[in-house]
Amino acid sequence: MQGPKVKAKLGRDDWAQRSFMLVIGLYLIIALALPLYAMLSKAFTTYHFDLSQYEVQVSDENGAFGDTLTLSNHNMLATPSVVEDLSTNTNGRLGVTQFFPDFSFRSPVNYRFRGVTPDAVYLIGSERNKGPDWVELDSNTFRRIVLRPNSERGLANFKTYFSTPALFQSVQNSLLIAVIVTVITVSLAFWFAYALARSKMRYKGVFRMIAMMPILVPSLLPGIALLYLFSPRQGMLKALMFDHDINGPIGIVIGSVFFTFPHAMIIISTALSISDARLFEASESLKASRWRTFWTVTIPGARYGLFSAAFVVFNLVITDFGLPKVIGGNFNMLAVDIFKQVIGQQNFEMGAVVSMVLLVPALLAFGIDRRMQKKQVALLTARSVVFEPKPNKRMDWFFFAYSSLVAIFIAGIIAVCQFAALIKQWPYNLSLSLKNYDFSRMDGGGWGSYTNSLLLAIFTAIIGTVVVFLGAYMVEKTRGFEKGRALFQALAMLPMAIPGMVLGIAYIFFFNNPANPLNFIYGTMIILVVSTVTHFYTVSHLTAVTALKQMDTEFESVSQSLKQPFYKLFWRVTVPVSLPAILSISIYLFVNAMTTVSAVVFLYSTDTALASVAVLNMNDAGDIAPAAAMGMMIFYTNAGARILHALLSKGILARSNAWRQTG
Amino acid sequence: MLDSAPSIYLRIENLWKNFGDFTALREISLDVIEGEFLCFLGPSGCGKTTLLRAIAGLDLQTTGKVEQAGQDVSNFPPAERDFGIVFQSYALFPNLTIEKNISYGLENAKRSKSEIKARVAELLELVGLPDQGKKYPAQLSGGQQQRIALARAIATKPGLLLLDEPLSALDAKVRIFLRHEVKELQRKLGITTVMVTHDQEEALSMADRIVVMNHGTIEQVGTPLEIYRDPASLFVADFIGAMNQMVAEATESQITIGNIKLHCDNMGLTGRVVATIRPEDVLPVEVAGENTLEATIDSMEFLGSFYRAELSNSEMGKAEISADFSINAVRRLGLEVGASLLVQLPADRLKTFPEAS
Ligand SMILES: Nc1ncnc2c1ncn2[C@@H]1O[C@H](COP(=O)(O)OP(=O)(O)O)[C@@H](O)[C@H]1O
Ligand SMILES: [Mg+2]
Repeated sequence: MQGPKVKAKLGRDDWAQRSFMLVIGLYLIIALALPLYAMLSKAFTTYHFDLSQYEVQVSDENGAFGDTLTLSNHNMLATPSVVEDLSTNTNGRLGVTQFFPDFSFRSPVNYRFRGVTPDAVYLIGSERNKGPDWVELDSNTFRRIVLRPNSERGLANFKTYFSTPALFQSVQNSLLIAVIVTVITVSLAFWFAYALARSKMRYKGVFRMIAMMPILVPSLLPGIALLYLFSPRQGMLKALMFDHDINGPIGIVIGSVFFTFPHAMIIISTALSISDARLFEASESLKASRWRTFWTVTIPGARYGLFSAAFVVFNLVITDFGLPKVIGGNFNMLAVDIFKQVIGQQNFEMGAVVSMVLLVPALLAFGIDRRMQKKQVALLTARSVVFEPKPNKRMDWFFFAYSSLVAIFIAGIIAVCQFAALIKQWPYNLSLSLKNYDFSRMDGGGWGSYTNSLLLAIFTAIIGTVVVFLGAYMVEKTRGFEKGRALFQALAMLPMAIPGMVLGIAYIFFFNNPANPLNFIYGTMIILVVSTVTHFYTVSHLTAVTALKQMDTEFESVSQSLKQPFYKLFWRVTVPVSLPAILSISIYLFVNAMTTVSAVVFLYSTDTALASVAVLNMNDAGDIAPAAAMGMMIFYTNAGARILHALLSKGILARSNAWRQTG
Repeated sequence: MLDSAPSIYLRIENLWKNFGDFTALREISLDVIEGEFLCFLGPSGCGKTTLLRAIAGLDLQTTGKVEQAGQDVSNFPPAERDFGIVFQSYALFPNLTIEKNISYGLENAKRSKSEIKARVAELLELVGLPDQGKKYPAQLSGGQQQRIALARAIATKPGLLLLDEPLSALDAKVRIFLRHEVKELQRKLGITTVMVTHDQEEALSMADRIVVMNHGTIEQVGTPLEIYRDPASLFVADFIGAMNQMVAEATESQITIGNIKLHCDNMGLTGRVVATIRPEDVLPVEVAGENTLEATIDSMEFLGSFYRAELSNSEMGKAEISADFSINAVRRLGLEVGASLLVQLPADRLKTFPEAS
């Protein structure tokens, strides 16, 4: 017979750890779950004027009032109706005189006005009235009555969205572009990664470095380079376009291949590097042809990596905002639609709807990618022998040529931007100058936006690393508390599924609400840091969790048995042992904070203009050369940060050589 | 010692552990005597580690009571209990030197630096590694690392030492050497110790008492000799040492295997049973007597200090009996494959168990 359940008595450490987890969990709820909820409810809210809610009596010139009619009746009496479309948004206002064709503010006619239900609201001037008490007004006052819209929950916004061809077309466009780019990028990246992993070609280090360069610049930078090269008016190589416009799908595809390439390359490289060398040897000993080996060993071994890369690229493209904004022309994409609806038309509800539409493919791609990654990890642990390629002159030359072409494409784009930044005035004055770096003469925030970006990157790197690592530590090492930990883990995975644009608009809804006590962070550096840390939370979290999982789980047990507090173990062992991972997290956050556009484009204010947004704005204003120059500033900064990171990592590894077995 | 009853240091009462629908420990009750070396022995997955972690408070039991030194610690966090622990993986902190690893638990306001230093030196001496203090764990061999882990676990003089398969990661030679070392150290310190192992030889050679576990329950508790000589269940009989098993028909004081009847105290068991006898208890004899039977040697294998022979008898049906014969006996009786001989299955060494379902 089982006795009563034993309920754990919580020690000091348990309380401390759970509090930490609670605090970081709360952070994720406030910075992610609640804003998303605000956006969700916005997408399902519609506003319309309900004319049947208001009744009017009109007097003759002698003051004798006639029948009571609702505004709705009045609206119908006229043919065609005075107002056909009664839907509006939060800020909608509707005057009433238009329903009375004979209205004149000088006429002696009097009006009586009331709401039908107690909560039918209307304004007289700026005074708020409601309810079923008749109000008698002369003509001159009557014209100052303004109706407020009613809000309603429902799918009406979605109906509008899907019945507006201009909006709905974007879904098709975005999917089409994402699929095309996915196919091109994954194919290109596969052979590139293959050359790095399976050939003996020279200069692999250089190739790898060049392939990583796009990560260091905003996704819209290739757009600027492409404009320089191919713009119909003054592109250097416009002849190559044969009358096609680079603005539009062609530009988006080329630019997207550029900025997604390193992401696909890393994932596929990992997959190829863990494929089992023993299989190749077996295949070789069976005298299977290279081609056969490729199809029966290489591809199956790397398949999860290929799928994973495909979904990551798809996701990056479909959620990217900067590039189609710069080079999309009239070709509408979902992410840009969100921006247009919110910033251009102030139609927040429709912005929220487009966000929801964008969430669907993003969530799908995210979900599938997670599954693939898990299977990949399972392969990783089961296999171990590292493949050592053998020289093969012909193949090595072929791969060298191929990799060179890819590298020229990538380095070329960056070089064009650098060139553009240094040319005095394309195409008239080709002499070199630094005047494009004099940002104070342009719109976009000047050098201030650069320092803001630098600050944002530093804050994000420091605060983000601390928050992420602490959170990962607590979720991995807290004793018991399974449900809390599972919830935290789910929250930590969520940001990866949320496109930046969606996060940004969700922040507007949540933080720009005067009723929100956190409203004060709106328009400050704080909200930029919060949004950026949140946006890039998941990858950082996974890096931390992976590092923590590699540590012996019994360290905690031993420390507890020796009655030492958890923070002692954390400081003396966990942090030092995880230092390489901690550094990776901070450089990841730094680089992304420097380049990100999507979430922050909704959230910056004049005091907190950012370099990446400045590139966008200067380009919009036609200052393409300074935009390129600012893009290059971001590039230099990130490259510098990467070099610093490499030096630091090397130093740490050297110092810990004594105790790291692998050192 | 002689005049007082052994005092109980750790008492486990009706302890259960469920993982969802799966019951990993069922109705565990157990007393651990002060100063004894107790082993949890059983096949992999039987719940040994789970029980050890419940004792430590690292993973609480679902229900049941754990009492340590007279105090009910059932729901205490590990830090509020009193034990040192050593794992199969050593779990030494890789970035701390050996000295720092050992002094990790000693560092607090009450101890001075010199005090700590002296204690660390003493412990290093105790585990036989006096000069290794400045090295890092990765620079030591597996056996050395495990000794450091042991030193770290006993540094604060805990009342209870818990060892979870401490020797399983080491190679055979080091393992046998360390068995002796650990046992020696435990005796010297007189610390109550619970060790988990799946290696019966390890348990038999180190433990004062053994707890044999299977499928989350305790099969038997006893000294190594008791467990070996008087297994309480067919499982224990089978798990520890070599054992002949023969299906038999039992009456009050007799069993029938095929057409052969043997005397044997069945302790009230009747009907279909499994009769067991250890190979070394099968005796070659020269004159027929109680429980003797004629057997043919089907095969013989030399195992270093004795021969193991497989015997059969047409009357017994298909049953084969393994028997261990000394080199002497083999020479004296001229035993070889194909030869016949008379063997005795002594009634007091024959044990019967209900057939496993
Ligand atoms: N955290 C867990 N969740 C579910 N099942 C577990 C867990 N830990 C152990 N088990 C199961 O409980 C049983 C006993 O495990 P364990 O105590 O580790 O066995 P062992 O005797 O080898 O030390 C095993 O069947 C194991 O699969
Ligand atoms: Mg175990």
